[in-house]
Amino acid sequence: MTPHTLGDIEMGPPCCVPVPHLSIENLAVAYGDTPVLSNVSLDIHKGCITALIGPSGCGKTSFLNSLNRLTDLIPGARVEGRIRLANESGTLDLLDSSLDVRALRRRIGMIFQKPNPFPMSIRRNLELPLREHGMRRADLLAHTIETALADVGLWNEVRDRLDAPALTLSGGQQQRLCIARALVLEPEILLMDEPCSALDPIASGVVEEMIQSLRGRYTVVIVTHNLAQARRVGNYAAFFWMRERIGQLVEFGHCRQIFDAPVHPATAAYIGGMHG
Amino acid sequence: MHNPGDRLFGLALWGAAVGVTAVFAWLFADIARLGLGSLSLDFIATAPENAGRDGGIAPILVSTLLILGVAVGVAAPVGLGAAVWLNTYTRAGSRGGRRIRLALDMLAGMPSIVFGLFGNAFFSVFLGLGFSILSGGLTLAAMILPIFIRTVEAGLGAVEDGWRLGAAALGLTRSAALAHVILPAAAPAIGAGLMLGIGRAAAETAALIFTSGYVDRMPESLADSGRALAVHIYDLSMNVAGGDVHAAASALVLVALVACVNLMAVALSRRWLTRRLAV
Ligand SMILES: Nc1ncnc2c1ncn2[C@@H]1O[C@H](COP(=O)(O)OP(=O)(O)OP(=O)(O)O)[C@@H](O)[C@H]1O
Ligand SMILES: [Mg+2]
Repeated sequence: MTPHTLGDIEMGPPCCVPVPHLSIENLAVAYGDTPVLSNVSLDIHKGCITALIGPSGCGKTSFLNSLNRLTDLIPGARVEGRIRLANESGTLDLLDSSLDVRALRRRIGMIFQKPNPFPMSIRRNLELPLREHGMRRADLLAHTIETALADVGLWNEVRDRLDAPALTLSGGQQQRLCIARALVLEPEILLMDEPCSALDPIASGVVEEMIQSLRGRYTVVIVTHNLAQARRVGNYAAFFWMRERIGQLVEFGHCRQIFDAPVHPATAAYIGGMHG
Repeated sequence: MHNPGDRLFGLALWGAAVGVTAVFAWLFADIARLGLGSLSLDFIATAPENAGRDGGIAPILVSTLLILGVAVGVAAPVGLGAAVWLNTYTRAGSRGGRRIRLALDMLAGMPSIVFGLFGNAFFSVFLGLGFSILSGGLTLAAMILPIFIRTVEAGLGAVEDGWRLGAAALGLTRSAALAHVILPAAAPAIGAGLMLGIGRAAAETAALIFTSGYVDRMPESLADSGRALAVHIYDLSMNVAGGDVHAAASALVLVALVACVNLMAVALSRRWLTRRLAV
């Protein structure tokens, strides 16, 4: 993917020539008979960071999970609508039941709210997905692992203890390991569900900086309850809100516009709460 | 801080703990007093004579280990498979899964004599295995399966969802996630299930009398009949006048065997844990 020219992040500028990477149309998610999200349509732009904000329970996680079909694993979850992933050769329909979900999840990585390194060594955490996707050569494995750890700023901290259990790392280190674990598979898109909310402010700052560095190299969709963070990292912001107990996308636009000149009154009130 | 109710409750707990320990100590002291004198390397290494009053328990020990080996060798893979299967279904909240659980709980509480009769009818007679170590082992496998499956299934259910979802999000196949992440995470539960099963199997008498039989010769193959330790103890104390001493000595060996197995299990699961957490 070609890196896109990025403006000054603090200003929340227009990020780039908007090229849709994911096109979502009329997405609806329900658990059993309870709809939790309906009528969501938006484009996720290539190389940009899109921040999803909104109150608890409005379906942000459900939205994210449907993008990499993790909803398949949740009993009773149903997803309707259309999600198209831009391909070299046209587009790929992600909700197609005959889709190769493993290949899809390799292209769309995910970071969870609670760091979830597997109960094994740091090295094995990174080797496992690589091996499962067919990388066998020891030198290649070692090189990929080192690169990924360096990319998340963890290499110098763990180079001497690669065989130590991953669960001995601090929370922030664990989360960065999880990001590295997603990066080794060379995804195009990264979905992040409140990646900093389980971390202390310093670790959170480190991870946030790390996410900033992904801009232009990956397409990132990040859910966050921290509006200041959304404003700092996002090129685009999507505001979800509940109407009659069902989550909806209320407003989507450039970060600067959403935060400085929200159109919808609900957005204005929610953003306003941040100042008041 | 301590009100009288709390005090009384604490005392009651202490009383119960002391009571249980005392009963066990008394039991143990009793068999130790009787049997410790005749316990020796010879006792373990020689064949019984004079219906067990003299000699040792070598062939019986071998039969016991063979029966346990068959039981665990069959129950472990079958039980793991069943637990994994059941876990996938109960996860989806299906009613079938709940029914199977209920059935397993009922089977787990079934008196062992029922398994003995079943094993005799099915393995010994219907499958033509006769009175043999194989019949006995398979019967014990059937007997310990329910409790093993339930323990492992509970362990699988307790595995963090984060790992499950994390593995799927990395595009791991279900079998890879199971083999590399979920089963290792459930290892302590699997170990505990095995130990519960082995403990129960090692102490089993009723189910074996009808399936692996009484013969106290050294077994030459799994098709031979073999006498298990618990059966030997039962026979010595009920049917052989003057067999008390060797019954007690055999009981000591059995207790030691079960204790060993349990300690091994604790050590194993602790090693699993420390390897992962290195606390
Ligand atoms: N597995 C599930 N089964 C049934 N209902 C669910 C399930 N997961 C989520 N829900 C419901 O769907 C709604 C949306 O949940 P979701 O987790 O997507 O919200 P969210 O915006 O991510 O909230 P938060 O900010 O608290 O993480 C909630 O009402 C929740 O109770
Ligand atoms: Mg959420």
